[in-house]
Amino acid sequence: MVQPWVDKYRPKSVSDVAHQEEVVQTLEKALEGSANLPHLLFYGPPGTGKTSAALAIARQLFGPELVKTRVMELNASDERGIGVVRNKIKGFAAGAVGSSVAGYPCPPFKLIILDEADSMTSDAQNALRRTMEAHSKVTRFVFICNYVSRIIEPLASRCAKFRFKPLHGNIMTDRINHICTEEGVTMGSGSMETLSKVSGGDLRRAITTLQSAVRLQGPDVAPATLLDVAGAVPDAVTSAVLSACRSNSFAAIQTAIADAIAEGWPAQAMLLEIQAALLSNDDDGVSESARAGVLLALAAADKALVDGADEQLQLLNVASATQKALCASA
Amino acid sequence: MLWIDKYRPKRLDKLILNQEIGDNLSKLVATGDCPHTLFYGPPGAGKKTLIVALLREIYGAGAEKIKVETKPWKIALPSRNIEVELTTLSSNYHVEMNPSDVGYQDRYVVQEIIKEMAKSRPLDMKGQRGFKVLVLNEVDRLSKEAQASLRRTMEKYSAACRLVMSCTNVSRVIEPVRSRCLCVRVAAPSTAEVQRMLAHVAKKESLSLPDSLSLRVAQASERNLRRALLMLETCRVAQYPFTPDQPVQLADWELYIQEIASDIMQEQSPKRLFQVRGKLYELLVNCLPPTLILRKLVLELLKKLDEEVQHTALALAAQYEHRMQEGQKAIYHLEAFVAKFMSEYKQWSIMAFG
Repeated sequence: MVQPWVDKYRPKSVSDVAHQEEVVQTLEKALEGSANLPHLLFYGPPGTGKTSAALAIARQLFGPELVKTRVMELNASDERGIGVVRNKIKGFAAGAVGSSVAGYPCPPFKLIILDEADSMTSDAQNALRRTMEAHSKVTRFVFICNYVSRIIEPLASRCAKFRFKPLHGNIMTDRINHICTEEGVTMGSGSMETLSKVSGGDLRRAITTLQSAVRLQGPDVAPATLLDVAGAVPDAVTSAVLSACRSNSFAAIQTAIADAIAEGWPAQAMLLEIQAALLSNDDDGVSESARAGVLLALAAADKALVDGADEQLQLLNVASATQKALCASA
Repeated sequence: MLWIDKYRPKRLDKLILNQEIGDNLSKLVATGDCPHTLFYGPPGAGKKTLIVALLREIYGAGAEKIKVETKPWKIALPSRNIEVELTTLSSNYHVEMNPSDVGYQDRYVVQEIIKEMAKSRPLDMKGQRGFKVLVLNEVDRLSKEAQASLRRTMEKYSAACRLVMSCTNVSRVIEPVRSRCLCVRVAAPSTAEVQRMLAHVAKKESLSLPDSLSLRVAQASERNLRRALLMLETCRVAQYPFTPDQPVQLADWELYIQEIASDIMQEQSPKRLFQVRGKLYELLVNCLPPTLILRKLVLELLKKLDEEVQHTALALAAQYEHRMQEGQKAIYHLEAFVAKFMSEYKQWSIMAFG
């Protein structure tokens, strides 16, 4: 079994976590032997190293053996209703701390990592409030989430908050280059730019895309393969749809959308591309309000798609709204 | 045997369409590294063909000895025991199923069955593959909970069990599942490719197929190869030797929806709405997916409308189809669409023609 590169190249220590200086500094201080680690709340977009940082702290604090008994990791795929908080988490938090292992700081507390904490119900979060305080002598919590606004205020105020920034182009490039040398992958010209474009600051997505591309096409990676694996819609498809929208003919958008659907392009990716095309082009004589109207239609369609609506109808509807906006203002 | 089954390519190197994907997949199998895979694309594009060929590439001819089983799975939940009945197709090496068939209990099926498979590692190690394959069809119809529980299962049991999934609407598959898979887009064949396939099959059956007929079949199939071949076979039954102007028989339900569309256009009144409702019910009891009915209906209506009303009709269809996904009973939303459309159309025609 070949290990996913995302796991293989996960940072092993806190100092390896890329591009999050403040976080790394604070955590390293805590690691330097002072037993004082606050409750932590990590938030930020996907693929910026939140889970990696949490796992790295756990490993560095306790070492590989003690991690099994001192750390509890729960993520969205585990049951995390109020029942689990009351029984499992509380039970684990209340337990006494065992002996320490030489060679690691082994501070006298346990760690509970709640990954994807924003998907916990507010009931479950409320049930944690008192638990956090009552057992703060023996337990520290780490909450990890994408949206800090979904963590209830009483929990957030009990934690030290750290925001994880999206990774810039060159930091991502460094990591990718590192993986490429380790795995013997050569990037064709333009591949790196394509990779950072399709991943949009999400390092995990970049690595997964790279690995899939290598699996399919061998160790020479071309930009086209990356685009294909990432499911990104090529510019030609989007511009065909947009020119159909400009044409003022309903039949034209109908054929353009039918073609795009038959080619199997994912509708959500199409919406993103249409949005990008619309926003990047501000001298096409489209009025601001018309543009805003199209964006509204895009948002509604995205919500509908997530709810499971039909791709073809939603795309057609967006295209028809775009056509009306473009043609009315032209 | 139907032509679609008879001429389905059995091996990756025998593919006629999607050759590039086939090459990539055989490279993948050759390296021994077989990740979880998700095939997505419109119906009739060849997802299933690719999956069957992939299984054969992995396990050899043994994967073609398939037995069909309908067995009840007893599932013990913390609070109660439930029993679900599920049909599986399995060989020594793989199990194939449609977990969305069991409805809202699909989460338990996913958890239980994958666990059961993973516990028993394949015995025959001569095949040198240390894992089984679980083929899940129509993952886009799985509930969000079932998909979320796939997430962890996919990682935990990946040593003994690989998933091969297929779906048409990739937006409905949650991102965490997508990002754990190798996603393969299967595009529908172009009209020219469909024609090429039709010619290929006709030659194998030693039929002479006029170009104009094959063109019309290909166009009527809407780039769906399965439909194209079925239509061709229907034409063959209806009349042979082929004549260039032979009618291409559409499916019954399509004709029926066309009829509904012209009913709606003829008259917009409560009485007509009542009749249309009866016809929609007729379609629903024949197990046509409501989304398909609504999509087909609006496409038929669009053909008959003026440009101005086309936009309105489409917006309504998108709105009511979305509501249908949220709601419970499809008939309400279908009927609401028809009623709303009738009223909009009537208003427009009064404005336009007085």
